[in-house]
Amino acid sequence: MHSLNDMRKQFQDALEESRKHTRVVIGLGTCGIAAGGDKIWHEVSRYIETHRLEVEMMSTGCIGMCYAEPLMEVHMPGEPRFIYGNLTPEAAVDILKLHLSEGKPSPEYIVAQDPRGFEAAANITRLDETPFYKRQTKNILGRCGIIDPEQIVHYIALDGYAALEKVLSAMSPIQVIEVISRSGLRGRGGGGFPTGRKWEAAYHSYGSKKYVVCNADEGDPGAFMDRSVLEGDPHELLEGMAICGYAIGADEGYIYVRAEYPLAIKRLKKAIRDAESMGILGDNILGSGFNFRVQIAAGAGAFVCGEETALMHSIEGKRGMPRVRPPYPAQSGLWGKPTNINNVETYANVPGIIRQGADQFAAMGTENSKGSKVFALTGKINRTGLAEVPIGISLRDIVFDIGGGIQNHKKYKAVQIGGPSGGCIPENLLDTPVDYDSLLQLGAMMGSGGLVVMDEDTCMVDVARYFLHFTQEESCGKCAPCREGTMRMLQILEKICDGKGTPQDLDTLESLCRVVKTTSLCGLGQSAPNPVLATLRYFRSEYEAHIYDKKCHAGVCTELLDITINADKCKGCTVCVDVCPTGAIKGERKKPHVIDPAVCIKCQACMVKCKFGAISRG
Amino acid sequence: MCNCNETIPDLRYAALEKTLEKYQGKSGKIIPALQETQEIFGYLPDDAIKAIAAALKVPSSEIFGVATFYGQFHLQARGKNIIRVCTGTACHVQGSGKILDAITQTLGLTGGMMTTEDLLFTVEPVACLGACGMAPVIMINEEAYGRVSPDDVPEILAQYQEKDGKEKCIA
Repeated sequence: MHSLNDMRKQFQDALEESRKHTRVVIGLGTCGIAAGGDKIWHEVSRYIETHRLEVEMMSTGCIGMCYAEPLMEVHMPGEPRFIYGNLTPEAAVDILKLHLSEGKPSPEYIVAQDPRGFEAAANITRLDETPFYKRQTKNILGRCGIIDPEQIVHYIALDGYAALEKVLSAMSPIQVIEVISRSGLRGRGGGGFPTGRKWEAAYHSYGSKKYVVCNADEGDPGAFMDRSVLEGDPHELLEGMAICGYAIGADEGYIYVRAEYPLAIKRLKKAIRDAESMGILGDNILGSGFNFRVQIAAGAGAFVCGEETALMHSIEGKRGMPRVRPPYPAQSGLWGKPTNINNVETYANVPGIIRQGADQFAAMGTENSKGSKVFALTGKINRTGLAEVPIGISLRDIVFDIGGGIQNHKKYKAVQIGGPSGGCIPENLLDTPVDYDSLLQLGAMMGSGGLVVMDEDTCMVDVARYFLHFTQEESCGKCAPCREGTMRMLQILEKICDGKGTPQDLDTLESLCRVVKTTSLCGLGQSAPNPVLATLRYFRSEYEAHIYDKKCHAGVCTELLDITINADKCKGCTVCVDVCPTGAIKGERKKPHVIDPAVCIKCQACMVKCKFGAISRG
Repeated sequence: MCNCNETIPDLRYAALEKTLEKYQGKSGKIIPALQETQEIFGYLPDDAIKAIAAALKVPSSEIFGVATFYGQFHLQARGKNIIRVCTGTACHVQGSGKILDAITQTLGLTGGMMTTEDLLFTVEPVACLGACGMAPVIMINEEAYGRVSPDDVPEILAQYQEKDGKEKCIA
């Protein structure tokens, strides 16, 4: 078998050599581009070209600090890596100018420095000491934001494909499965099934043709961990899948990526081509006799395809509807053949476990949940972004230490964990350790790892209605409990939000939840009631306020709002009259105005425009 | 000279025929075939569905079944520019509803209409674009805009209206 070691050494030397040049690195994941990273790239490269500067430009994937996007790093030879954030194209050029002319970092936009063995600059926080990074363990995201994801040589230089080499040269399939089992790795897609056991079942299934499938249909609103891996380190996934193929005896793999991730699809395609051209994927990999090919199947916009049997139907070109299990995919999966299916993050964990050993992985986490987990922090939180933490850390640490607490000094209300299949966690339970079992007990679930933080301005009845609206739209319609049940639940929630709820509705809602949860065919229906059950459990008083007092204290449910003008504060400036779309505000100039509630549509445009804070809702 | 009034042969069907060559008899490739067809036409016309059925050797009812199952496929003509408004959880709590209102208002869309009469824009609320850290997010064609406020909407849309105005009739 050929070894990659000579090549790896060469690439490492090349990388070392490139550090001797001045380099600008810009984060161009989807988040970075949405924040304007590509405009910065354009402006900086134009500046470099017009002045014929010897500066190398490199793009990278998600660094995780969405809150500070767009980001740019400047690497000068022999100096720390300086990371700048919240940039404009002009500011980025000025920063580069200052580095080149005076050899100084710009204090204004600096986020952190990473000394990388060089002398640190004074008065700038080190990256690993920033509150956002301090508690994190970069395990699967170790290369994201460091390497250029479109350069396979970067991946190889940083230990990439060393695990595949190790497996092919020195381990039997059963030994590989044994290591994965011993590591305690559990599926990162939501359910948390032990990965080793899944692989073992597929290994023992009889058949000459088997498949490895990767679920990259990250459909939970509020989750983007998998996208960051696909965009930021695609080879890590390919390596994990190839190792799985070797372990279970499969020679073909499929990655099912949702259509909403065009950049991820583009980068994966390039990664597959590059790996094939270097003999790392394809026939007779590295001369070992093992064959493994990977294909991409682009999804077409159906949330239910995140369910494994529906996903496989979709790859087969059918309507993506789930079926009853058993038989499980390990026995009869894609085209009826034994199939192993895991999600992106699960496969991405595999190379690290093989390289560093099961024990090192198992040393992290809690008794029954090992390793690290990537969470997407979003919503009303100061530092939005991606955080990889050891499992077992408390929610409070994630939301307040890493995430920096709630935006605009508002009060925390809840965090939704696990998307539309999960539940919300109130303040008094924030010290719960985040692991598979503790979250289930609270009526939430780990899910894929989306954390949406909500503040006092969020109405929890509206949140439940929002999630039900989502699952009801996405229900495939195959089984009656999910098709009809989610519809009825949504109707009741809409009634309550409109102020027409009755006490009886809460009982009906609860009994519907039980039926849908216990009798639906697949995970979508079985977990659809979770957001309702969790909000009823922890925020019942909000439901009651909507039903009995006809009040939405968060001021979200417009039907329950009264918009009024405080006559003492109103100066009669008439700005509100001009902005009101329905002409509901009347009054003479310089005299207090009044709103006609019969005409007011409660759009609150007047509240936003009023400079005197005279308009309030209640 | 302006050629706007001349009838031009529909090159799209020629492109479709060429695309379908690689899927001849491959009944498992309905989804990629539909995706590429939609790339060509912007939606899935009846005749194109029939052509796919003939090429893949699958009844057109089955193609139709797949096309109507997935949110990505459209059976009606759509605007030249597709505005996808993310209504994912993070965007929802950051006020994506107001962004959607601002867009429909700016484009003069009423009564649930999602495509402008001049076929310049189609508005499409979508589940999650996966850029939650930048919420609220909209995506116009392949271009993503993050941390959008309702006040930004007219300016963002104007770029596309202008671009199109210029292309329309240079003569």
